[in-house]
Amino acid sequence: MVGIVSYGAYIPIYRLSRDTLASVWGKPLGRGERAVASADEDSITLAVEAVVDAMRGFDRATVDGIYLASTTTPYREKQSASIVRAAADFREDIFSADFSNSVRSCTNALTAALHAIKAGEAKRVMVVASDCRLPAPNSDFEPIFGDGSAAFLLGSSDVAVSIDGSFSVSSEFHDVWRKEGDKYHWAWEDRFIKDEGYQKILPQAVQGLFKKFNLTAKDFAKAVFYAPDSRTHAAIAKSLGFDAKTQVQVPLFDSVGDTGTALAPMTLVAALEEAKAGDKILFASYGDGADAYILTVTDNIEKVRDRRGMKGHLASKMDLANYGVYLQMRDIMEWAPDLRPKRRSPFTFVWRDRKMFYALYGQKCRQCSQIQYPKQRVCIYCQARDDFEEIRLSDKQGKLFTYSIDERAREIILPLVRVVVDLEGGGRYYSSLTDRDVDNIEIGMPLEFTFRLVFDGYKEGSGFRNYLWKARPIRC
Amino acid sequence: MAESIRDKVAIIGMGCPAWGERWDADIFDLITEASFAAFDDAGIGPNQIDAAWLGYYVNDFATTGLVLSQTLQLQQIPITRVENGCASGSECIRGAAYGLASKQYDLVLALGYEKLKDTGFGGLVTSGAPGKVYPMYAAEQGAAPGRYAMAATAYFRKYGLSKEEGKRTLAKISVKSHRNGARNPRAHLRREITVEQVMNAPIIAWPLGLFDCCGVTDGAAAAVMCRTEDVRKFAVNHPHDYITIKGFGIAASPGWGKERVDYDFTYWDATEAAAKQAFAQAGITNPRKELSLAEVHDCFSIAELIGVESMGICGYGQGKADVDSGAWEQEGEIPINISGGLKSFGHPIGASGAREVFEFYTQFQNRAEEPSRQLKDVKFGLAHNQGGFPGQFVCGITITGAPDV
Repeated sequence: MVGIVSYGAYIPIYRLSRDTLASVWGKPLGRGERAVASADEDSITLAVEAVVDAMRGFDRATVDGIYLASTTTPYREKQSASIVRAAADFREDIFSADFSNSVRSCTNALTAALHAIKAGEAKRVMVVASDCRLPAPNSDFEPIFGDGSAAFLLGSSDVAVSIDGSFSVSSEFHDVWRKEGDKYHWAWEDRFIKDEGYQKILPQAVQGLFKKFNLTAKDFAKAVFYAPDSRTHAAIAKSLGFDAKTQVQVPLFDSVGDTGTALAPMTLVAALEEAKAGDKILFASYGDGADAYILTVTDNIEKVRDRRGMKGHLASKMDLANYGVYLQMRDIMEWAPDLRPKRRSPFTFVWRDRKMFYALYGQKCRQCSQIQYPKQRVCIYCQARDDFEEIRLSDKQGKLFTYSIDERAREIILPLVRVVVDLEGGGRYYSSLTDRDVDNIEIGMPLEFTFRLVFDGYKEGSGFRNYLWKARPIRC
Repeated sequence: MAESIRDKVAIIGMGCPAWGERWDADIFDLITEASFAAFDDAGIGPNQIDAAWLGYYVNDFATTGLVLSQTLQLQQIPITRVENGCASGSECIRGAAYGLASKQYDLVLALGYEKLKDTGFGGLVTSGAPGKVYPMYAAEQGAAPGRYAMAATAYFRKYGLSKEEGKRTLAKISVKSHRNGARNPRAHLRREITVEQVMNAPIIAWPLGLFDCCGVTDGAAAAVMCRTEDVRKFAVNHPHDYITIKGFGIAASPGWGKERVDYDFTYWDATEAAAKQAFAQAGITNPRKELSLAEVHDCFSIAELIGVESMGICGYGQGKADVDSGAWEQEGEIPINISGGLKSFGHPIGASGAREVFEFYTQFQNRAEEPSRQLKDVKFGLAHNQGGFPGQFVCGITITGAPDV
């Protein structure tokens, strides 16, 4: 049996309400809100969050491959899955790949992973879908695009959701696209792309699946599929014969938004959070064709319940105060020139200590047992030389020892809360505190780690993107 | 056991022209003004000095010791550029003293300067040197206000001060420094302020507000020095009222104190260590009683509070009681930063250590520019300088005194 062994999801903490957008642009935009990645988040950091969520209770050394699906990996040339792998502390001797250029790349990666497992090339493969699509201001996409990620650990044993069959369609179609150099999305006329695209191509794959496996809509407990908006979603469900009230997994348009590559996977995670053993689920994604799957939930689903997943991350949120904060967070506006000297970030630094930076390894002195970060040659407690074992700190929680709230730091989102964290089991870490509520910072508050961008180099200095684990209040 | 430097070296002339935002002056001007003020005070000329030590921090406008020879047209003499963060000023005096004590030179110049107002923005430029874990980790730790503010937060917590009490205690320190600076014509910020103004000022890095932070200042300070045995030969203008070095303390912390879980941010470890060295050399056992004044590194109000405690001038946690009782005021038990301190006099990084010695020199010679700020019966003065951040400091302490004590 091949299928989903574990799952996880992530939604950024910030939400932008359509009311806020309506007041900026002076036109009604309906109800609801969408999730917005913070200034220090991108598709890579979102992916790491979902992977970490999915790996709760699983040994990270057992993963044989990682496929990252996204239309918004930050590099045009350079793999992003390798960064996610490093941050997730998966082994180096595994296969990593980016799947991109279509919101369907999530299931492209899924099918490729299933093939690898069925062929016996891998026992467990992580498939993570993550998107941070930037809608043009005041465009039709702005109220609807959202940011988020979902991850599935696929394997051939301990399967919580078996994948029993699939059917794919490849179609040449221009609905929404970006060319080389396009910052924002193009789209052909919406009536045409709905009639001939979304509402035809995805049903074509689902009907192909039904026919191939001799099934009908009535055989499924839930249907999970991609659509660009609620109305189209409802129309597709109806055309396939699903009962809107009982069979259709509620789409995320009014709570998270259209998260592109991650939308169908995140919706599936939401469905799995409610699923019972024996449930059959239709799962389909769209983009230059469509992929459709038959999923069956097994008893093992009960073993992977303690995820933050969709429910946890949906409930944990902070509203963006205004559109200006959003413009800064997503780096949409022009900034005033800054006379402060530019910092330069030699990549060799990062590379030499990649385990320390990407996977947040500290070290434990074999002489005095004290845990310390960053890496040292000589113990900062007992001065013993070169006698350490490496210890991963990224999954440890800690308590805030002391802090300051810097109003003038070189940061996009001010003020910058800077904290000293004492970690459970030992060790101390200096960090800026991300996803924080400035009015609720207290000594002793529990904190955890999250993998984030740091603003040092990628817009200035050395031109690459730096990542680091930062502290944040325990999210949920 | 190494020998103490006590009384081996004398300062026979000093210069410290008024500090401030010197839009009109470049580094050549700052160096020229301070060094000639010191030469004139000593009664010597630049061609008489055998060697020089030059302290500055920012490398944007100069590197090496050449900037001193270029400015003063010094001809092929040894010039050593020292840089030890905010302790650079202390370091140039220390280096000069050791050059004399080892009898390599007879008459030397020690000069610290910094030109901070040519960078085009309001804050302090960093030296840009990548540390071990720069940029991924160190850069995240940010600039000085945020780092010192962490110590203030920890201090309030340890001693049970509410945020309001803590801020009020720090405010009183700044009010005192401004009161002193207002009467010092050489100081940068010469306006008296009130506790309420400090409390209500914009926050820079909570809990530190605008008036908890020192000025960003241009300035220089210089000393002409010789061996004490040679004062009859060189100290033509100050044959009797020269001062002598009583002791130095310089300590560089391992720098990971801030990452050790046993460091609580309420003491400056390098200052503790440097003070022990300096007091031992100077033979001072009760600094609170024996010191006539202490110039304490108060880049932030919290730095003065913890700095005074860390040198043992008062006990740990006793700083608030001292502040409340006025013990650090001009009329108090031990005047702290009678000059106005870094807070009010200003803090051109590489110059501050030498400037703090200049304050004792001036007080000892009864040459306070305004009589109201002249201290009486001045015997020992302490100059304290520290660079870095809580848990990661280099500290320089220079104790000077009357020749006959």
